[in-house]
Amino acid sequence: MAATAKGPLDGVRVLDLSRVWAGPHCTRILADLGAEVIHISGRRLVGRREVTRETAKVLGTYPDNDPGERHWNRNVLNNDMGRNKLDITLELNTERGVELFKRLVKISDIVIENYSPRVMPNLGINYSVLKAINPAIIYCSMPGYGPEGPFHHFVSYGTTIDPHSGLASRMGYPGEEPHMSGNAYPDPASGMFATGAIMTALFSRYRTGKGQHISLAQAESGTALTGEASLGYQLSGEVPPRIGNGHVRKAPHGAYPCKGDDKWVAISVGTEAQWTNFRDAIGEPGWAVDERYLTLEGRLQHQPELDGHVADWTRSRDAYDAMRLLQDAGIAAGVVVNADELMNDEHLNQRRFFWKFDHPEAGVQTHAGQPIRLSETPARHYRSAPTLGQHHPYVLGELLGLSDDEITDLEETGIIGYTPLVRE
Amino acid sequence: MATVSELGNGALAELTVLDLSHYVAGAYCGKLLAAFGAEVIKIEAPGVGDGARQVGPFPDRSPDPEASALYLYLNTGKKGLTLDLASEGGAAILKELVTQADVLIENFAPGIMESMGLDYATLSAINPRLVMASISNFGQSGPYRDYRADTMVEMALSGQMYVNGDPEREPLSSTGYQPSYQSALYAYSGIMAALIARDRDDRGQYLDVSIQEAMASEHQFTLNGFTASGKIRMRSGNRYGSVHPTTILPCKADDNGKPGLVSLGISDPTQYVLFLQLLDMSELLDDPRFANPQMCAVNYRDFDALISSWFMDHTAEEIVNALQDNRIPAAFVNEVSDVLDDPQYEFRGFWKEIDHPVAGSHRYAGLPYHLTEAPPVYERANLLGEHTDEVLREKLGYDSDRLGQLREGGVI
Repeated sequence: MAATAKGPLDGVRVLDLSRVWAGPHCTRILADLGAEVIHISGRRLVGRREVTRETAKVLGTYPDNDPGERHWNRNVLNNDMGRNKLDITLELNTERGVELFKRLVKISDIVIENYSPRVMPNLGINYSVLKAINPAIIYCSMPGYGPEGPFHHFVSYGTTIDPHSGLASRMGYPGEEPHMSGNAYPDPASGMFATGAIMTALFSRYRTGKGQHISLAQAESGTALTGEASLGYQLSGEVPPRIGNGHVRKAPHGAYPCKGDDKWVAISVGTEAQWTNFRDAIGEPGWAVDERYLTLEGRLQHQPELDGHVADWTRSRDAYDAMRLLQDAGIAAGVVVNADELMNDEHLNQRRFFWKFDHPEAGVQTHAGQPIRLSETPARHYRSAPTLGQHHPYVLGELLGLSDDEITDLEETGIIGYTPLVRE
Repeated sequence: MATVSELGNGALAELTVLDLSHYVAGAYCGKLLAAFGAEVIKIEAPGVGDGARQVGPFPDRSPDPEASALYLYLNTGKKGLTLDLASEGGAAILKELVTQADVLIENFAPGIMESMGLDYATLSAINPRLVMASISNFGQSGPYRDYRADTMVEMALSGQMYVNGDPEREPLSSTGYQPSYQSALYAYSGIMAALIARDRDDRGQYLDVSIQEAMASEHQFTLNGFTASGKIRMRSGNRYGSVHPTTILPCKADDNGKPGLVSLGISDPTQYVLFLQLLDMSELLDDPRFANPQMCAVNYRDFDALISSWFMDHTAEEIVNALQDNRIPAAFVNEVSDVLDDPQYEFRGFWKEIDHPVAGSHRYAGLPYHLTEAPPVYERANLLGEHTDEVLREKLGYDSDRLGQLREGGVI
């Protein structure tokens, strides 16, 4: 039943003007759940014209570091974000481009973009314009700080949203400055909020027949995800300090070095029962019965010495062996996995978390699957990422009813195309 | 079709949600549903309640299960019901409630619901339209199913931690609850998708969300490099990837003596040139070490030393304004106390003043988005068992005698 079931968003059409990560992360989920996501890009925004082998090697995101003849179709970042989506190009800074976009709005359910707030108005597009064309349209905009307000014009990336939102303040070595996420974490986090908001609007629309405008501020996403800490500050009057991998109510709690180069195991010991189990599991060494470590309070007070002892135990051990031994004793422990270990993780692979996509120009690539695991209408691998402009015939021809001649004319006049344009 | 005003208090006002959550993951998911008007019934064990009530921070550092910041934030807008699910009577009441529910959320360790006779097979037999969401550390299957974890262990096993921190030092987790929050967002979207599918298919379904998978899905760039070329993404310190200056730098303290820090997000060559012009240091472009953001990343130590005197001459506010006026990405570096004074958040009405009988009136972070037709509602968290009588009377028609017996038996 599940294998052939329609996706939960089957029949929902999304016009996806989003770029880079936050927006594409959202539309990727919608596409995995069965929505027809049409990614629309201006060819100037697709990226540089040339990618040399040297550049490819630095970036590491082209299969075998070979950019190929059409590098824009071989970039694995784009192909991961673009999976299950359709692709057309459209120059929205032209009258004909905007006119075609508006015709698509008429037959679509959702429009999403993550431009800075000046871009869409410059194209003559805003919610009222879209609503006049299609009152049921759901329009999600998600700039860094919101469309209005004192910082609305700020140029932002996930990397600057991170410290602004307070997220970075929750990471850092003891006593040091806030530390940026190595992952530009606010990007996918904002994408997740956008996904939930769009689904809520869709659910509502099935009842009211009305669309709406979703105005998301990426900075606020990060601040919502630290809401317990900003409330905690108001209650206690204390700004939480940076404590590395420590924990206010657990010790030992940290990443400890293991056998091999840059191998670590994270170990978390909280309750008295866990401490006893931990001591047993590591063979009841003499130091562990030292009276300084008898109580949690003592262990918290003497963390550096305690961490030293734990590291002495982990250092000669394989990280996976240490994790399994401790988990078998009921202790929370995990290998600090790198990309290789993550993709070969036995648990994730047994759960078939990773999906393989065979792309006509990039070959077989493995991407993270979809954490939304629904029993009856599962997320699916429908198709590998499109090549640039691959779906002009379907979208412009079938959906909008343009003739082959008209499509050729659009191509000749540069409204659509199949190769990026040089950015001025 | 209903009009918006007929929908009353939000887009999800027609939904009844049984929220069996504890701590963060399930609770945040339930909070989001409540924000759009769903009737969310938080079900806690009699006496102690959700473990989040013991976590804090607390007013004046004095523990009070009704004044834990963690609980208060994650349970806004819910009704409180106490129920001993481990007792036969408690499980029976839950099953009765399931007949009237649309959604059930739980984040017990895998197997616990089954041990109480409350697994999905049983509950869906009672109500085939039920959408049941389980959030757990590693999902409901596989070799790590019963592994234990906290924020740090999830950060480790999802691959997030390895790329945070200094390459010369240990990888960094974050404090707080990011993995649980992310799983809550996946669960929220999954529940909404299941409800949309239910409109069409007239049946509910089961949703299995793994916190590890949620976090492993939040750094595609790490995975993409490896699948493409075998590249293992490494930690890059308080910098990002292969471009500089995308970093946090010290600057002049402000008038209140607060140590200065400012965030830069320069990766684009044009912005890089503009930045050096602004600092009156364009000559650095002629130095091969600093010719572009990529080279600059290789030689970031020398670069930071060269630009530091300009930064130490200017406050964060001066720097952010000067750079942003030239469309160069820069931002403030905020503590969780600073964000409360942020003028942009103030303008957007992000903070919601919510009064609570025990904790008092405070400003809570709202949702990061506005919906024009379905504004979220923000109400305080429930007290432990606050609505037990109300829910059981209204939903199940229990009378005072029955409630008295249940209370005596410790079921509620």
